[in-house]
Amino acid sequence: MTQKRLTKDLLKEFRFNEKEIKHINSHIIKYPKGRVQSAVLESLFLAQKKSGGWLPESAIAAVSEILNMPKIRVLEVATFYSMFNLEPCGNFFVQICGTTPCWLRGSDEIKKACKDHIGEERKISNEDISWVEVECLGACVNAPVVQINEEYFEDLDYSSMSEILVKLKKNQPIKKGSQINRQSSEPIQREKND
Amino acid sequence: MIDEKDKIFTNLYGFRPWNLKEAKKRGDWDNTISLISKGKKFIIDEIKSSGLRGRGGAGFPTGVKWSFMPKKLTGKLHYLVVNADESEPGTCKDRDIIRNEPHKLLEGSIIASAAIGAQACYIYIRGEFVDERKILEAALEEAYSEGLVGKNACKTGLDIDIFIHRGAGAYICGEETALLESLEGKKGLPRLKPPFPATSGLFGCPTTVNNVESIAVVPEILRRGSDWFSSLGRPRNTGTKIFCISGHVNTPCNIEEEMGIPLKTLIEKYAGGVRGGWENLLAVIPGGSSVPLIPKNICDTVLMDFDSLAEVKSGLGTAAVIVMDKSTDLIRAISRISYFYKYESCGQCTPCREGTGWLWEMMEKMAKGSAKKKDIDILLNLTERIEGHTICALGDAAAWPIQGIIRHFRPYIEERIDNYKGDAV
Repeated sequence: MTQKRLTKDLLKEFRFNEKEIKHINSHIIKYPKGRVQSAVLESLFLAQKKSGGWLPESAIAAVSEILNMPKIRVLEVATFYSMFNLEPCGNFFVQICGTTPCWLRGSDEIKKACKDHIGEERKISNEDISWVEVECLGACVNAPVVQINEEYFEDLDYSSMSEILVKLKKNQPIKKGSQINRQSSEPIQREKND
Repeated sequence: MIDEKDKIFTNLYGFRPWNLKEAKKRGDWDNTISLISKGKKFIIDEIKSSGLRGRGGAGFPTGVKWSFMPKKLTGKLHYLVVNADESEPGTCKDRDIIRNEPHKLLEGSIIASAAIGAQACYIYIRGEFVDERKILEAALEEAYSEGLVGKNACKTGLDIDIFIHRGAGAYICGEETALLESLEGKKGLPRLKPPFPATSGLFGCPTTVNNVESIAVVPEILRRGSDWFSSLGRPRNTGTKIFCISGHVNTPCNIEEEMGIPLKTLIEKYAGGVRGGWENLLAVIPGGSSVPLIPKNICDTVLMDFDSLAEVKSGLGTAAVIVMDKSTDLIRAISRISYFYKYESCGQCTPCREGTGWLWEMMEKMAKGSAKKKDIDILLNLTERIEGHTICALGDAAAWPIQGIIRHFRPYIEERIDNYKGDAV
């Protein structure tokens, strides 16, 4: 089990605008009448995006209000699912898969690259980047894998990960997916991509 | 060995576009009405006699599962829920189906919904799969605009809607009742059974939950006939299966093959062999992190299907083959899996909530060598006290990998304890 706690002292005003309410409603209608609670994950995702990648208490309160759920029901959902961050993270949020299939193919090296280029785990760097180790990202034949914000980067090693981080710092575009020019999960020899 | 013509997923790697036009060229959505109009009983019987066993890990016969749904409508809606919350370590087959063959999944969902009398289908996709979800949403939009999904779906006179619901990162939501809880907007805590979902599932209505791969193969089975499907593989273990080969192989990959293919052939033919050659193999986890590992001498001959792997006290699970060569610190590899279960335990049942943490701590000591030899039996005893004493199978899944390593590698663990010199200062 994991335990997550709300971050105190960072409360700010949070209110959904009309467009966002419309977005939430477009999810509510996917479920039968009276089942608005089913839209809680989508609402929290939206709230998280709006507050810069994490959920302050005020955002949780806003979700509870809009879905007419007791605040504790929303809070327990926010603490249960790993994709909701209850503490601030970097503008670029690097999640390194460290579970066995990635570990076997060198996720420790990827962690080292992040330590060298970003710093300690969970600390936000001056360039507004932070990293954490997460559990299986479900791309095991393309291990080791990291997710940066919404995108996957696959078939990594220390140098390709470093290259990505250097580009990230300079705000240069990065090619997502396999870093060895491989089409999804096809079997090919591992070659460096230049 | 599979013949190219028997492959179901002809665009597994996405060399061709996923869109409807291309999918139709591959045979998807071809006269779906003729399959559905043969009736519910025909579809269910056909899937039963094909021998298709659920591809999500447990291997329960899909047709039998469908037959549990109430035959007569009682006024309650029926639901089909497709489990795309793929997160078993080692497994990444559903991801390829969703991003490269989404129309197989959508067509299968419509046929399965018709077979169980469902008016609505929810596809629960793991939240981390952002690109995959966007592709699925776009494919769904295509299918809606051509009238394949929705009101009078495929002109069958049936109204079947498909909705995509994204998860938010919880391994436990791959358990079917936890997934239903999550769909209802709650924490993903598995439910006590009975009642089973076929009686009371999503929103209290009869529900069937199936894995992506199980659903995606349905249209092809119906088109080619159950005889074709059951002629592949071995008795009780029929058909084709996507295997995910990861770890210490030269070319890790996903590959569709016949059930019952020898593990050695699978690794050597498709994954480029074990790094450093077959003799460099130490052990394989053959079905995702939940199943016990098997040492090289078993890997030499074992066949990849449900029954063959059960005979060697392991399991096919999701057919995620994790290969470990002789350079692997095996105890640490299993300890990392123990950490995974500790992290992912939902905390509902005490044996699992507390036990998974203890398992991990003891495994860390084993990995370091600082444990005592008698601790190995204590650890084994602990796994038996968790296994079978929890609501869902996560407790079992945490216990089995450890039982596997103790069963096959006890001397290896003891050797490390013997060699332990104390913490370096």
